[in-house]
Amino acid sequence: MGDVLIFAEHQGGHFPKATLTAVHAGLELAKKRGGKAIAVVAGDAPEATAGEIAKYGVAKVIALAHPALKNYLADAYAQALAALAKKEGAEFIVATATAMGKDLFPRLAARLGAGMASEITAINDDQSFVRPTYAGNVMATVEIDGPIKVLTVRGTAFDAAKPGGAAAPVEKQNAEIDAGALKMEFVSFNATKSDRPQLTEARIIVSGGRGLKAGENFKTVLEPLVDELGAAMGASRAAVDAGFVPNDLQVGQTGKVVAPELYIAVGISGAIQHLAGMKDSKVICAINKDEEAPIFAVADYGLVADLFKAVPEMTEEIKKLKHS
Amino acid sequence: MKILVPIKRVPDPATTIRVLPDGSGIATDNVKWVINPFCEIAIEEALRIKEKQTGEVVLVSVGQSTWQEQLRTGLAMGADRAILVKTDTALDSLAIARIIAKIAGDEKPDLIILGKQAIDDDANQVGQMLAEMLGWPQATFASKVEIAADKISVVREVDGGLETIAFKIPAVITADLRLNEPRYASLPGIMKARKKELKEIAADSLGVELAPKLKIKTLAAPPKRQGGRKIASAQEMVSLLHTEAKVI
Repeated sequence: MGDVLIFAEHQGGHFPKATLTAVHAGLELAKKRGGKAIAVVAGDAPEATAGEIAKYGVAKVIALAHPALKNYLADAYAQALAALAKKEGAEFIVATATAMGKDLFPRLAARLGAGMASEITAINDDQSFVRPTYAGNVMATVEIDGPIKVLTVRGTAFDAAKPGGAAAPVEKQNAEIDAGALKMEFVSFNATKSDRPQLTEARIIVSGGRGLKAGENFKTVLEPLVDELGAAMGASRAAVDAGFVPNDLQVGQTGKVVAPELYIAVGISGAIQHLAGMKDSKVICAINKDEEAPIFAVADYGLVADLFKAVPEMTEEIKKLKHS
Repeated sequence: MKILVPIKRVPDPATTIRVLPDGSGIATDNVKWVINPFCEIAIEEALRIKEKQTGEVVLVSVGQSTWQEQLRTGLAMGADRAILVKTDTALDSLAIARIIAKIAGDEKPDLIILGKQAIDDDANQVGQMLAEMLGWPQATFASKVEIAADKISVVREVDGGLETIAFKIPAVITADLRLNEPRYASLPGIMKARKKELKEIAADSLGVELAPKLKIKTLAAPPKRQGGRKIASAQEMVSLLHTEAKVI
């Protein structure tokens, strides 16, 4: 009892910060429940990648291999993980609530007949967990009944696990998959091309909203500031819906949840759905010409100004600072 | 094509949500109830598919008698009939998925389209659980659905870009924000909806396990962030971020 299986999502052989937060949460949970933390790395040939996660404090790494796990598909992955969880006798299965974690884990929970808590932000000492509901306006304390419990963790609520100590053993296992039951086909992945840091990895995020007025202005007004700061670029739902920027830049209740050291909101009014995605940032800075905009209520530093004037001024000022 | 669309009643997204002092729930006085926005997108997608081909759009909801209002709204948008699975107890996603799987077993739809998440509990679970229970393919976070002969391809909004997957019917699709822009119910639509079938079934008559595995112990308001300080200029902003906040 008490063993924790951590689904270690990887992107082309490396583990993003989001995965390391699930490892951290899994280690914390195993410690509190008196069990072992076991990382699982899945793929058609996951052994080499699995070795990478062995240094992060887990007791064991399982390289779960099967040709059907080459590209991620929910049905194959749910089959493989459910069989493994039963075989290992795990009490908890944990992943980060990335697009993949959100897609896979409810299916896995149903396959196991297990209860699931989505996007937990805290692990309590009394068997309960905390998770945000109503766009982060209500924090629910929840409990899961049953021998197996399924959890996704909110990446911004936990630190990333750090490497150190001896590498855990890596054990290769062939996944149990009934290939005849697989009905999904991977067609293609169209990656958003960007040289900037990813939203969930960045120390600084500059986000633009409807106030930018056009996609072109993201390039001419916002991007110089983003690049001067070495920041990631984000956007409000309004900006994404208007087609100014691609969908994966959306920060909010239904987009990405972020908590960087500095979040600069430009031309964003601050609807509760947007605040839900960024209000845990360490420092929030807002630029908006409407002094009544709700974003100012959560901003540590608010500037009521025309963004088309203020943003280039900030960019200039940061340039000067770097050269001083 | 026959399409089943499970929908949920939630507080209007613009409502300010307050937790009751004893943490047992949220204050519901003055709350306006609406169809979950993602469920509206699911209804719209089902209607568009039906309009291109032929078929039937059946709504299903699991909740109290008051949930009829949202089902009537969906019928007014153009759905053909509706089923309300009545229960007064709080169910978890697993139980809801079991109920809908049972209804799907009776109705035999070609597709089930749902919203990707409800904006009250933000769980994002039912569609995926339902797909597993039925042994069907799933396409969550759909931003484009293309139907050709018996094959469906779906563009999904995932981390770092857009993914395309394909499968045959029957299948489960969950709608993301940009799948479509839902229509409003027209006046003739509202008139017609009054005469459409809305069947009620008691949840405990279905013979499925309803006891929740996920239990809510208590609710609380999150710690409030203290903001509101105004700065006079861009220069001062940069200076404070450098010297005071020390983040740049």
